[in-house]
Amino acid sequence: MNKLFISPSPHVYEDTTVKRLMFDVVIALLPALVFSIYFFGMGAIIVTLTAVVSCIAFEWLIQKFILKQEPSITDGSALVTGILLAFNVPSNLPIWIIIIGSLVAIGVGKMSFGGLGNNPFNPALVGRVFMLISFPVQMTSWPIPGVTRFTNWLKPISAADLDAVTGATPLGIIGNNVGKVLEKIDVATGDTLRHTVTIQDIYNGQVVINEEVVKTFDQVPEYASQLLGNIGGSIGEISAIALLIGFAYLLIRKVITWHIPVSIIGSVFLFAGVLHLINPEYYIAPEFHLLTGGLLLGAIFMATDYVTSPMSVKGIWVYGIGIGLITVSIRVFGVYPEGVSFAILIMNAFVPLINMYIKPKRFGEEVKNGQ
Amino acid sequence: MLKTFPKGGVHPAEGKYSANSVIEKLSLPKTVSIPIAQHIGAPSKAIVAKGDKVKVGDKIAESTGFVSANIHSSVSGTVVKVDKVLDSTGYKRPCVIIDVEGDEWNESIDRSIELKKEISLTDKEIIQRINESGIVGLGGATFPSHVKLSVPDGKKIDVLIINGVECEPYLTSDHRLMLEKAKEMLVGIQIIMKALSVNLALIGIENNKPDAISHLQNLVKDYPGVEVHALKVQYPQGGEKQLIKALINREVPSGALPLNVGAVVHNVGTAFAVYEAVQKNKPLFERIVTLTGKSVKKPSNFMVRIGTPVTELIEAAGGLPEDTGKVINGGPMMGKALNSLEVPVVKGTSGILIMPVVLSARKKESDCIRCAKCVSVCPQGLEPFLLNKLAQLGKNDKLETNAVMDCIECGSCSYTCPAGLPLLDYIRLGKSKVSQIIRSRKQ
Ligand code: SF4
Ligand code: SF4
Repeated sequence: MNKLFISPSPHVYEDTTVKRLMFDVVIALLPALVFSIYFFGMGAIIVTLTAVVSCIAFEWLIQKFILKQEPSITDGSALVTGILLAFNVPSNLPIWIIIIGSLVAIGVGKMSFGGLGNNPFNPALVGRVFMLISFPVQMTSWPIPGVTRFTNWLKPISAADLDAVTGATPLGIIGNNVGKVLEKIDVATGDTLRHTVTIQDIYNGQVVINEEVVKTFDQVPEYASQLLGNIGGSIGEISAIALLIGFAYLLIRKVITWHIPVSIIGSVFLFAGVLHLINPEYYIAPEFHLLTGGLLLGAIFMATDYVTSPMSVKGIWVYGIGIGLITVSIRVFGVYPEGVSFAILIMNAFVPLINMYIKPKRFGEEVKNGQ
Repeated sequence: MLKTFPKGGVHPAEGKYSANSVIEKLSLPKTVSIPIAQHIGAPSKAIVAKGDKVKVGDKIAESTGFVSANIHSSVSGTVVKVDKVLDSTGYKRPCVIIDVEGDEWNESIDRSIELKKEISLTDKEIIQRINESGIVGLGGATFPSHVKLSVPDGKKIDVLIINGVECEPYLTSDHRLMLEKAKEMLVGIQIIMKALSVNLALIGIENNKPDAISHLQNLVKDYPGVEVHALKVQYPQGGEKQLIKALINREVPSGALPLNVGAVVHNVGTAFAVYEAVQKNKPLFERIVTLTGKSVKKPSNFMVRIGTPVTELIEAAGGLPEDTGKVINGGPMMGKALNSLEVPVVKGTSGILIMPVVLSARKKESDCIRCAKCVSVCPQGLEPFLLNKLAQLGKNDKLETNAVMDCIECGSCSYTCPAGLPLLDYIRLGKSKVSQIIRSRKQ
């Protein structure tokens, strides 16, 4: 007879592994990738490939030569970071910036803390925010979907190219204009006519004072375009439908639960909705917030990162609502039209505190206190 | 919607290969080794010595306190010795070893098979008889049953809960019992109701045993006060606290017993044993044991005399499969891996599970990815990842404040962890350290 194995219970295990979870996330991101390739063409492919290859390569190099550990790139987590990083940048971002961003994401965001499971911040967001601060121009020049650079993608991007294809994101257009005061001197009377830009002006595409067009805006897309992804923005954030398909897949495969995305999306909707009710002229309708600026990408794929989100359901509500409120605040009152990344990073920083003070509801606890 | 407990839980593959195997009487072994400590509480004291002749049902070891239980001989023959023998705990512990000669039963046992429905004993006499017969919880916990029936002054019990959940994968002994010994079991339940003087008994059965549910539902009409409730399949629903929550939505406070919320829980097997003890004067010396596993030729349910070596069961089920890697006493979630197949079946043995080599190894370990899956499956609302860490670091005070003592050792956390961490191993360790500390504080 063979020697009998002896080990304490339990003796059976669920077949879920870290690797399977990571590859499920990759699969869930595929619809968004397909949509972005459709709208941005080769640019999306190049950016995504560059980010993925650099993230995996940096992780391997750092583990092999600096940390001298057994490389663990097969667990798929660097692959996920790479895709998420690519999804958070414009499709015409120069390759060298992506490589630097990947190095920061993996090197600073993940490995410097001890690798998967130990990093306090979402690595892809660390990379993104680093790029946003270091290369603000390139990071906020968005190609107009459909105007792809399929034909000349090998050519270095010149300023002229950028101008030709760049359209601001919907949130950018609103953030940069609504509430600004435009002036015009009336030739007849010599009076200064003032007009504060409202949401309606943006939708009209122009500001008219005294029957004269004083400013025009890029057209803000209709909801239908936003749902499909035919709007300006980062690679992965533009198609709401594709992201929701990914969400459904993650739920079915039990990779994540609904709590984080729903708490974020719900709180953004409520907060933005209250602002809109108070003053619809200056605050855009809440649906608009949901469909733009990477909110869905952030809520479904970035905020749900295992390592950097809270462990208890109660903690998750605090975290999700915090992200929602901070996102809307940054978008409405701050300088960055896309506030999700910052909001997630800020709440990431609170996660250890949340975990320490907000505990799951213990069985029998309520009764005990009630007696 | 079907009832279940609200928090946590997992659903491992059921693997109930032996669900359709009718209970078979296992032929008598040549020798039995009957441990004198088969229950939770004080070990009993052997009252036989080498050379003594015993009959089936004779008392061979006596309870040594309130929380203790008598042990009876399961065979007739001669006591060879009283000596330490390896048992299913992995330790050598005192056993009465008897050479089997024939099958002569103690005359006081009523061996007729007619159902005896009317209960002539008073509540006091019932508890006395149960105590005398050495009945312990047969679901696996082996807590002496008379203790659970002796309600302390000032506590009021209003419902008896009967555990027919059998949430452990693979095991089918309770399932078969509910199908084949249903009437006896129902009388047993009424006996326990009388002892507790309650008017309501709820039998909880998981929905994966529809035949048992409908069979009992048909029968309970003749047993006033007894109800059958189907439950959603969810492990660990057989845990007392989880079952009470699922059936009557009462939450047993942390550190307290079910009787604090007016409930007492007994297993279906125990109810059957109570019937036999009270109505037929038959002490507990045999039980139903499932012998099963993926590669087992003939997955079976046996009626086994206590003290029979596990090898006898394996032989009767077609022998030990070639690919055996692990043999487990109990189910795959809470059972104990055996290091010898000679160990005897005891009162708490609900099944023997044979796992092939491919399913015997543990998952490969990697770092915790903080996925919180362990938190979400813990039925007690604990944070297994944290308890694991704290136990490794030896932070006993933090373990205590994080409620390590509430852990019911169900194993759901280790089962689910995608990083393959043996969370419960360390939590158990931490639990035993903390309980030592708590005990020393009381002294
Ligand atoms: S299930 Fe495992 S990997 Fe996930 S948080 Fe718990 S211990 Fe960590
Ligand atoms: S911590 Fe204890 S009670 Fe919770 S899942 Fe793990 S073993 Fe079960």
